[in-house]
Amino acid sequence: MYRTRLFAIRHARAFEWLYKRFETVMVALDPLFVRIGYDRVERLVAAVERVTKGLVFDCRMCGQCVLSSTGMSCPMNCPKQLRNGPCGGVRPGGFCEVNPEMRCVWVLAWEGAARMKDGGKIRDVQPPVDRSLDGSSSWLRVTREKAARLPDRSDAPRTAIARAFADARAHEPAVAPLAPEPASAVRSGEKR
Amino acid sequence: MNEDGRLKFAPPLPTYEEPPPGHVSGSRLERVLRHGKFAVTAELNPPDSADPADVFEAARPLAEVADAINATDASGANCHMSSIGICALLTRAGYGTIYQISCRDRNRIAIQGDVLGAAAMGVRNVLCLTGDGVGVGDQPGARPVFDLDSLSLLRTIRTMRDEGMFLSGRRITRPPRMFLGAAENPCVPPLDWRPERLAKKVEAGADFIQTNYIFDVPVFERFMARVRDLGLEGRVFILAGVGPLASAKAARWMRTNVPGIHIPDAVIKRMEKAANPTEEGKRLCIELIQQIREIRGVAGVHVMAYRREHQVSEIIAESGVLQARVPQRSRAPNTESKVV
Repeated sequence: MYRTRLFAIRHARAFEWLYKRFETVMVALDPLFVRIGYDRVERLVAAVERVTKGLVFDCRMCGQCVLSSTGMSCPMNCPKQLRNGPCGGVRPGGFCEVNPEMRCVWVLAWEGAARMKDGGKIRDVQPPVDRSLDGSSSWLRVTREKAARLPDRSDAPRTAIARAFADARAHEPAVAPLAPEPASAVRSGEKR
Repeated sequence: MNEDGRLKFAPPLPTYEEPPPGHVSGSRLERVLRHGKFAVTAELNPPDSADPADVFEAARPLAEVADAINATDASGANCHMSSIGICALLTRAGYGTIYQISCRDRNRIAIQGDVLGAAAMGVRNVLCLTGDGVGVGDQPGARPVFDLDSLSLLRTIRTMRDEGMFLSGRRITRPPRMFLGAAENPCVPPLDWRPERLAKKVEAGADFIQTNYIFDVPVFERFMARVRDLGLEGRVFILAGVGPLASAKAARWMRTNVPGIHIPDAVIKRMEKAANPTEEGKRLCIELIQQIREIRGVAGVHVMAYRREHQVSEIIAESGVLQARVPQRSRAPNTESKVV
């Protein structure tokens, strides 16, 4: 919802704190997820993520969440789905070029980032979205990346993006993940 | 076929020239800028036609004053001849060109392929744009793509050029030697964050910037001061966007209908009062160029004279920015590099 979205951006700092705690818990749960199998937990966690983040942020389940780097303003709500905005078409008062009644997602993002402790992450150049991860859980992806004792992988397609956007990956590992994807996380958006 | 397997009458193959030391592309625009000369670029109004003569006709009034000609990529989401087609024609004829890529119409597969194609045809400058939404154009029912955005596009082409690989990690045997450009719009909200976003574009790979129209010099001055504070001077060449207004009515229309154009009321008032609006629009443009060139960190101007292309050479000549330099004259066809 537009109004809860604005609320989240006004309280970006609180949400940042909350998410950091949550992430620590998730990473601590990694051994459990490994035991059960990431493939098995994917559907359940994705469903929870969809409902909660959908309610608060108008989350579109891109599977590569960057809210912590975009002032808690979800870039997938930008009509151009810019991952590095705003575009040059912002209207007077900070309204969207495409939907003039909506405030620009990226104007809000920079405002939200200014309120956050680590708001400077908005300066990272974000890679393009991997559309094959649509609909999958970003929470689990971050958990895998942060917990992973990653061997040197020479999986060329993925390492090329990870190298080209190294700064963004350092802060938001889900935007250029290297850990193997469980089958249930790939193209899950299409299967739904 | 001849005995050696070549086609008879085959034209000489164009060669792929590597840039000189200290240059990423060797384009005329890059050379002019790196030599510290005040550069001029101009926007070409692409024809709605398949006739190459129409392209040369459109380029003619710009060529004598511009170091490079921008071929727009369906600007305003209106369909015209493609940027890559125009660049190929003009580059072969010896003009400096800037290939504009908008993320609106093509995905990463198409774009990376086109960059190689453009480079093979001799194009050495590229301008990476997000693009206007499809809704403002002549075919609002089209599906918007926006697979990349202008920044991930910059980083993608930089990876192709400097690492010699596609975003997939596959190797490119001869990387595209492109001088990488990006746009910025210093006079529209969020004003405080525009310089930050410019810094992000430089970080993503931009070598030069062409701004949208500047009609508000004080706002642009504040923008440039912040750009200098961020330490960007010397790291990127900034070309300020200018253009002649046709009339007060046209200015008002642009302000409300073209995304991202800020024209202060004072400018519109001045156009209203003018006895000869066309002449006044030209005068205003010349004055803007003269004010803008005094701002520290401005490396050149980018003239966008939509349907007023005939005024471009007069504007540049009267502004005095070229100082007797003669930018374009097609000397050696097939190369756009020999002249500075």
